[in-house]
Amino acid sequence: MKVQDHAQAAAQFIKDEERTDWHDETLWFVRQKRDLAAHGIPEWEQLREWASQIKDHTLSNLSHYLESFEQKAIANGIRVHWAADGEEHNKIVHQIIADHDLKRIVKSKSMLTEECHLNEYLIQKGISVVDTDLGERIVQLRKEAPSHIVLPAIHLKKQDVSDTFHDLLDTEKGNNDPQYLTEAARQHLRDYFIASELAITGVNFAIAETGGFVVCTNEGNADMGAHTANVHIACMGIEKIIPKAEHLGVFLRLLARSATGQPVTTYSSHFHRPREGQEMHLVIVDNGRTRQLGRADFRNSLKCIRCAACFNTCPVYRRSGGHSYHTAVAGPIGSILNPNLDMKANADLPFASTLCGSCSNVCPVKIDIHEQLYKWRQVIVQAGYAPVSKKLGMEGMAAVLSSPALYHFSGKMGRTTLKYAPFLVNNGFNPWYKQRDMPAPPAESFGEWYQKNRS
Amino acid sequence: MNSRDRILQAAAENQPAQRDLPVIGFERLIRYDEPAVVFEQVLTKIGGQLVRVKNLEEVKKRFAEADQEKFCVDAIDCTEEDRLKIQAWKATDLALLHTLYIRGSFGVAENSAVWVDELAMVNRLLPFICEHLFIVLEEKEIVPTMHHAYQKTDVSRTGFGSFIAGPSKTADIEQSLVIGAHGPRSLTIYLIENDAL
Repeated sequence: MKVQDHAQAAAQFIKDEERTDWHDETLWFVRQKRDLAAHGIPEWEQLREWASQIKDHTLSNLSHYLESFEQKAIANGIRVHWAADGEEHNKIVHQIIADHDLKRIVKSKSMLTEECHLNEYLIQKGISVVDTDLGERIVQLRKEAPSHIVLPAIHLKKQDVSDTFHDLLDTEKGNNDPQYLTEAARQHLRDYFIASELAITGVNFAIAETGGFVVCTNEGNADMGAHTANVHIACMGIEKIIPKAEHLGVFLRLLARSATGQPVTTYSSHFHRPREGQEMHLVIVDNGRTRQLGRADFRNSLKCIRCAACFNTCPVYRRSGGHSYHTAVAGPIGSILNPNLDMKANADLPFASTLCGSCSNVCPVKIDIHEQLYKWRQVIVQAGYAPVSKKLGMEGMAAVLSSPALYHFSGKMGRTTLKYAPFLVNNGFNPWYKQRDMPAPPAESFGEWYQKNRS
Repeated sequence: MNSRDRILQAAAENQPAQRDLPVIGFERLIRYDEPAVVFEQVLTKIGGQLVRVKNLEEVKKRFAEADQEKFCVDAIDCTEEDRLKIQAWKATDLALLHTLYIRGSFGVAENSAVWVDELAMVNRLLPFICEHLFIVLEEKEIVPTMHHAYQKTDVSRTGFGSFIAGPSKTADIEQSLVIGAHGPRSLTIYLIENDAL
């Protein structure tokens, strides 16, 4: 199914230099907004520590909290379903739709349903779902996947959106005004909301103590769907559990500030019971999460609250775009989650990093992302899934570094080449030459300098 | 074994050794000398507006002055009869809802969010489907942070409740902020001042 690995897809992305620069700068701007918001809270680092500790505690008691959550949710009148994997999740959702014979379905953003490929599954069953988050609707109309978990259409320029809307929503040709385009989407989606029979939403947090769940949006689309439809299906991974409502104080302070630099999302909606006459379903999904829980080196990744701060700060993500990660969750966090789902298919992702550690520094729940990227590399090489170019390069490097004579000779050759025949390395065959010039060579190596000056 | 039992068993087998819950030390939290002033500053920044009023009568007067050609609903202090009528409204009935007045339980200075529960909404759809939302809030009900907010209420007291911070918005097209995504195009907080009480 996968056509290109991260490096190949990234090479495609950066061919358009102007667009790459725009993408890079736009995400860096979001990162800066995050910094401003974080610096406005003197106890920010303490908040991150609390969030991390609450998640550690929850993971260490996960089975207990899941059971008590289920018990309370059922008592609240919510119908709880369990799915071992994506396939079972999709079957459950489809069964609910089929039982009621419903046609008009709206969905707000849920990375879990992307991970399970719910839309594609339902299309095969002859059921279409309308995505209602503006960014998600844009990419859905273009038959693309979201490229970012918080900003799904961040890879597109306004003229791209304008062209798509002109073709499909009949907006004025060439009108690129975001205000105008957003208004057109509002009118277009409002008709779907008013007529909706079933709404699918994600879940940001599920509260074990009260058996309720919280959904955060800025647009209000989750609420518009959930409160119009007679059937509401919320889908969550098992790691969304938190022990008590008071812990939301910690997570809601961190989430939006880390994601977009806002003090909080416009709507933080707490669902505890279906409204009069409504049916509320909750699908709790494992899909590899209990396996990840058992991997001591990687279980920290389950603490993620999907803020995407690691995307926005990542020098590789910013310059390669979300689609180059060929998975539902891109970026640094995706690169440590996806090898757990399919190590072979996602073997390239932990290598799509400079290991600079910026992701770990901004993570609101203190996941050691860059350390896990490094550890996945060891696991992947040992399992024999390392990309061929990486394997050859590493074997060559090992030979050079294990022989002093070969090491000195190679260094000299490198300096001579850069000095007298730079065209030998300043060409397309050298991956280090892409997007940069090779540096001017030093006259001598440190070893040579030391020999001369040691006295 | 069904999926539920398999998942719970796998979680029990794979979860790490017990880690303790932290104690949230309120002495570590940011303090504001004037929470209401901070609340207004943050609200203005996120596209909302604040109007100081002396009492509920002033709010009622303003509602009476609203454009009555449009579909306007005052859900503050409704009679039981009104409540039943509002609760029965479906999305099709509310498609043209222009102005809504509701009561907020309390506000949060650090992010200008206001807690509105189902009792105050009367009908869950109301504050999301209206074009212009007006929330009445008492100044003495403004707490500094979200930690304090969760001490103020049991969020499971009603079947649904939401922290609402500003009008609906999106920046999904080239990161340009647009107010009025799917929900209200404007949010006004009527703040009933302390001295008036």
